[in-house]
Amino acid sequence: MRIAIIVFPGSNCDRDMMVAVESLTGRRPALIWHKQNNLNPIDLAIIPGGFSFGDYLRCGALAAHSPIMNALHDHAARGGAILGICNGFQILTESGMLPGFLARNQELKFICKQITLSVNGATSCALTASLDHKETLQIPIAHNEGNFFADSETLNSIESNGQVVLRYTSDKYATSTNPNGSLNNIAAICSLNGKILGMMPHPERAMGKGHESADGRKLLHSIFEAIIT
Amino acid sequence: MSKKAEIQYENAASMGLSEEEWHSVCSHLGRIPNLCELGIFSAMWSEHCSYKSSKKWLRTLPTEGECVIQGPGENAGVIDIGDGLAVVFKIESHNHPSFIEPYQGAATGVGGILRDVFTMGARPIALLNALRFGQIDHKKTSHLISGVTSGIGSYGNCIGIPTVGGEVEFDSSYNGNILVNAMAVGLAHNDRIFYSAASGAGNPVIYVGAKTGRDGIHGATMASAEFNNEAELKRPTVQVGDPFKGKLLMEACLELMAADAVIAIQDMGAAGLTSSSVEMAAKGRLGMEIDLDLVPTRETNMTAYEIMLSESQERMLMVIDPNQAEIAQQIFNKWDLDFMPIGKVTETDRLVLLKEGKVACDIPIAPLVDNAPEYDRPHLSSEIQIATNINDIVQKIPITEALKKLVGSEDLCSRRWIYEQYDSQVMADTIIGPGGDAALVRVYGTNKAIALTTDCTTRYVEADPYSGGKQAVAEAYRNIIAVGATPLAVTNNLNFGNPEKPEIMAQLVESVAGIKDACIQLSTPVVSGNVSLYNETEGKAIKPCPVIGMVGVMDDWEKSGTIALPSDNDIVIIGQNEKNNSGWLSNSTYAKFISKKLGGAPPLVDLNSELKTGKFILDCYHNDLINAAHDISDGGMLVALTEMMLAGNNGAEIIHPKGVDPHCWFFGENQSSYIIATTKLKEVMKRSENANIPLSYLGRSSSAQELKISNGDIISLKELQNIYETGLTKQLPQ
Repeated sequence: MRIAIIVFPGSNCDRDMMVAVESLTGRRPALIWHKQNNLNPIDLAIIPGGFSFGDYLRCGALAAHSPIMNALHDHAARGGAILGICNGFQILTESGMLPGFLARNQELKFICKQITLSVNGATSCALTASLDHKETLQIPIAHNEGNFFADSETLNSIESNGQVVLRYTSDKYATSTNPNGSLNNIAAICSLNGKILGMMPHPERAMGKGHESADGRKLLHSIFEAIIT
Repeated sequence: MSKKAEIQYENAASMGLSEEEWHSVCSHLGRIPNLCELGIFSAMWSEHCSYKSSKKWLRTLPTEGECVIQGPGENAGVIDIGDGLAVVFKIESHNHPSFIEPYQGAATGVGGILRDVFTMGARPIALLNALRFGQIDHKKTSHLISGVTSGIGSYGNCIGIPTVGGEVEFDSSYNGNILVNAMAVGLAHNDRIFYSAASGAGNPVIYVGAKTGRDGIHGATMASAEFNNEAELKRPTVQVGDPFKGKLLMEACLELMAADAVIAIQDMGAAGLTSSSVEMAAKGRLGMEIDLDLVPTRETNMTAYEIMLSESQERMLMVIDPNQAEIAQQIFNKWDLDFMPIGKVTETDRLVLLKEGKVACDIPIAPLVDNAPEYDRPHLSSEIQIATNINDIVQKIPITEALKKLVGSEDLCSRRWIYEQYDSQVMADTIIGPGGDAALVRVYGTNKAIALTTDCTTRYVEADPYSGGKQAVAEAYRNIIAVGATPLAVTNNLNFGNPEKPEIMAQLVESVAGIKDACIQLSTPVVSGNVSLYNETEGKAIKPCPVIGMVGVMDDWEKSGTIALPSDNDIVIIGQNEKNNSGWLSNSTYAKFISKKLGGAPPLVDLNSELKTGKFILDCYHNDLINAAHDISDGGMLVALTEMMLAGNNGAEIIHPKGVDPHCWFFGENQSSYIIATTKLKEVMKRSENANIPLSYLGRSSSAQELKISNGDIISLKELQNIYETGLTKQLPQ
């Protein structure tokens, strides 16, 4: 399995993701600098979290125009898989590879905490097919702009096409349902072909052993499994 | 040189120099300085840069120890943690700017301390802070705490360093002068530490990072003066942070250091280009020549004075190996940063600045540093207070009522509203984040972890500065022990009022003596620090606040402790029992919030028992006898137990010994004690008897969601949780 992590100057979860991938696959993924124009053939590109260009403009707006993005568009056009986490999700919506938009959190504050996610039983996402739809996942979020928004037409089509992958849900204490005001509690969506996945939660921070949860490992595992098969 | 030689004492006074200091400048130069030269002297001789009031006392602190690689005097302190690794850390204040402009003030405070750490060749791995705000219902508090919190978050979150811990206190003495102290901790190889001493006459001096603007001009001088009600007018002296540029600068510098191109490096922090060039030259016993026309500026027509005194952020000065210049240039191009040779190291021992082909400044370097003023300011002994009578403190209310008042109070309630705005997990190595005793961060690529904490109990320091200084170290020590780590070394941030007042100077002198004694006895040398004086508004000083930042290490993070109480454990107090060291309510949080009795002698700090008890707890950890632990501090043992119950989501049934007033027993703030949860009670008791450590059986934990006391008092965890979690947001005016 060939995995590449795209690195922007303000990426700051690139190393964390590298460690997570290596702990699951036994192999260190390639780190690809954003100024690079092309990508060697890969099975999965990961856009990690961070603040790609400081995000003083809209998050991900500048990154969407970095040289590497052309190569990523080509990769996507060939049906290649892409996983965008947090800032990576924002870059995927800014570059038009995923629908919708991530606005500022409803309370206008950065939020870092463990949240509970449900897996959408009706999802068409090819990458998370092996996840148990009855279980919930505990994975942390850490963002200022995770409030998923789309016009009602787009939202309807996202829902009816099964593009919603994860939703915020209540935890065992029935608190912290929707941390940021996202429409329909959306935490992760995929592309129509189910190969591009954008999510706000950080699975690389829920890898077990020292982390509060191991559910991120479970999620990444399902993605890697889907790519191999 | 400028012919406009009308510079006189009034100019110097407006820059904060005394008349005596003005004459001293003139005599060192043998002439009247020009404006730029005077600006350089006033910045270097400011309290902030010269430590002129505190130096005499700072010298008394223990700075050496087995683990110390670099003590005070560099950008940050460095300690050895074994296996070829070093931890680099320092705490620094940004009090005045944060009061004037909380968001930018706090953000640049974080940016500045991070630069101090990566300048030494270390990759920052954790941030902490120590914050003091005015009364929680004061009209400015809400605005200040929101601004400071989002400012700290904005910088740390963006640059990608987790903010893992800290402390917050509310007190009316900070109404007009908040305290924002930020601590940064980095990791380096112990043979790859970079220093600031310039070497090699002729070597190029390189300016890197962001461009210079007119922001923050003379910030160091502002930080060395009292506030009046026109503080808002000083907003232009507050710097503006750019964490993204800070990230680029950090990555570029670390890459450059790895390429072996750096000879010396210094962050442009307080007093910007002035202090960085002077300190690099002074430490190398050399001179420096800089062409100010080459300094990248973002505004036009900047004068020599403005360029030298600007505190624009995200800039560094370095001396590089000329043979590596090309590689260095490439690295900075990659990160899209300015990289500009602006001068050279000289053998002249002078700082020579050129502007438009003319000499704008030509001054000897030694007087700026070596001959900076040093004062032995008069200090009166602080009045020693006696303990408040217990009968005046204890209130006839149920224990559970008192507990509710305490855990809901602004000093003890949950800080979740604050710390959830910080990314406490980026780098994915945070084992214990905010909300526990010490924070614990894994050392990447090893089994080690470092434990980190910041502490100060200002009401103790106010009542007895010597004892309060000791207590701050002792509590930090206890926090590190409580997670199972071995305390190693200290950084301190001494926040006081105007040192020209003998009673304020006494607070400084005595609390430094307390810190000194505690650091010696607990073997935790002071390796770095910062002093912030003149924290006064309209002549009223803050409560003295000598913050201690402590670092400890553990070899196997999988053996780390937790405060989360497991069910079906025995709960034991270590370090006190009904006969010994219990029930001290004078100057306690209970006295403050329930009896409204302020002042009175603080609890005794017995360093010998602190050390003994700490060693005993570590011994219990090493023998797998502890399932959860928490130190006892503000609010006493019942508050500590409540925090453990809420973290573990388990309840407890507890007893209190006969012959001790239950309020004293449960809320006393006796020092050097811990609560532990264990399933090996007999073994713990045997060991405590052998080691002669007081122990008291408190009760048993269970999955029942309540706290039950043997006198019949009972309260549900849900109620406690609700009070604890909403304490802050309910009280902050919206």
